[in-house]
Amino acid sequence: MKYVDEFRDRELAANLAANIQGEAEPSRHYRFMEFCGGHTHAIARYGVADLLPQNVQMIHGPGCPVCVLPVGRVDMAIRLALECKVMLCTYGDVMRVPASDGLSLIRAKALGADIRIVYSPLDALRLAIDNPQREVVFLAIGFETTTPPSALAIRQAAQQSLQNFSVLCCHVLTPPAIMHILDAADVPEEGGVTIDGFVGPAHVSVVIGSLPYERFAAVHRKPVVIAGFEPLDVMQAILMLVRQVNEGRAEIENEFTRAVSRSGNTLAQTVTAEIFDLRVSFEWRGLGEVGASALRIRSAYETFDAERRFDLTYRPVPDHKQCECGAILRGVKKPTDCKLFGTICTPENPMGSCMVSSEGSCAAHYSYGRFRDIPVVAI
Amino acid sequence: MCLALPARVVALLNLETATIDLGGIRKKISIALVPEVQVGDYVIVHVGYAIGMLDPEEAEATLKLFAELAA
Repeated sequence: MKYVDEFRDRELAANLAANIQGEAEPSRHYRFMEFCGGHTHAIARYGVADLLPQNVQMIHGPGCPVCVLPVGRVDMAIRLALECKVMLCTYGDVMRVPASDGLSLIRAKALGADIRIVYSPLDALRLAIDNPQREVVFLAIGFETTTPPSALAIRQAAQQSLQNFSVLCCHVLTPPAIMHILDAADVPEEGGVTIDGFVGPAHVSVVIGSLPYERFAAVHRKPVVIAGFEPLDVMQAILMLVRQVNEGRAEIENEFTRAVSRSGNTLAQTVTAEIFDLRVSFEWRGLGEVGASALRIRSAYETFDAERRFDLTYRPVPDHKQCECGAILRGVKKPTDCKLFGTICTPENPMGSCMVSSEGSCAAHYSYGRFRDIPVVAI
Repeated sequence: MCLALPARVVALLNLETATIDLGGIRKKISIALVPEVQVGDYVIVHVGYAIGMLDPEEAEATLKLFAELAA
């Protein structure tokens, strides 16, 4: 496929690897966080980690909307489906996220709840139009990439005066999460992790542009390189980060110029702002409550807000005691540091959210990296 | 979750809808977020919506960057 295959070329990857090897100074240690699950997945799937020198370390960030969705939010969706008997529509990624009482959406479906996997919010809208006698709720999760489509679906429902469609909004924002990690990094004794630079979001940046990241460079003096989700994009971004560190620069650079501008997609930003406004605070799995880090539906569109329509209240629920998802999402621990990893927690039967989405650190490492940890022995 | 793929626009159906081709697979998507799109353009498709456009010249420039030899 054009604009995909070229960015996975083996020879170019070897060239980039040689350049990183040549430019990374042996006396330094480079710790870069890739914020997005999409980058985590590319690094694991294409073996990018194996192409990096020992002293260039990638730390996985919390940029996986499925992984940061707290138990209490999934509980709300399950309550809607099982108790309020709504037709609950959501993206396939969310289906296996562990919730309270050993439940998940897929298990609730097995219990008889009407839960549908949709590809697009437009599919949920279509189900509402086709089933006027049913309440249809779309469980909307995702970062800035996924928010404008949800906004357009709500706007379309309003234009068509749909009476049976609402959205359980769990949309979260990228810049506050990066800021949160950087603030924590300043106090390592409280569990922060030292980071020398960020591989910045790809498709989130298509929507929001590179402008919102300029604060990090100014306030925290950390370099950010926005990168596409293909393996060569990630490698080029790592090379650009190595150069910034070597030269003592902390700038916002853009590797993904084929799709990201400084101001982003302003039409998408306008639609989002028309339908959503900021929540005071939102709980992230792993990060806890983060101020002004998520969106809710504006009161002008409250009939489409499932939280108000069904009078739902959020109850925080602690994670599985031995699950290390929290520390892994903050970049403090690696998947293999968790006792449950690969034993009782697997993609088929996940205990923690990082094992659910293919972009979660644990699932990515389980699928592509777990045999790397075992030394090769000749028989 | 933010998975999105570059796809070529093959037909404009109305002001807000287009058909795209992705490696031979055709699909109807919304172009409400990129109304300026034309047939032949590449768009980035996410959950049934084009969220942005792809700049072919910038893509070429980036590929050249990958091929640069170490100084």
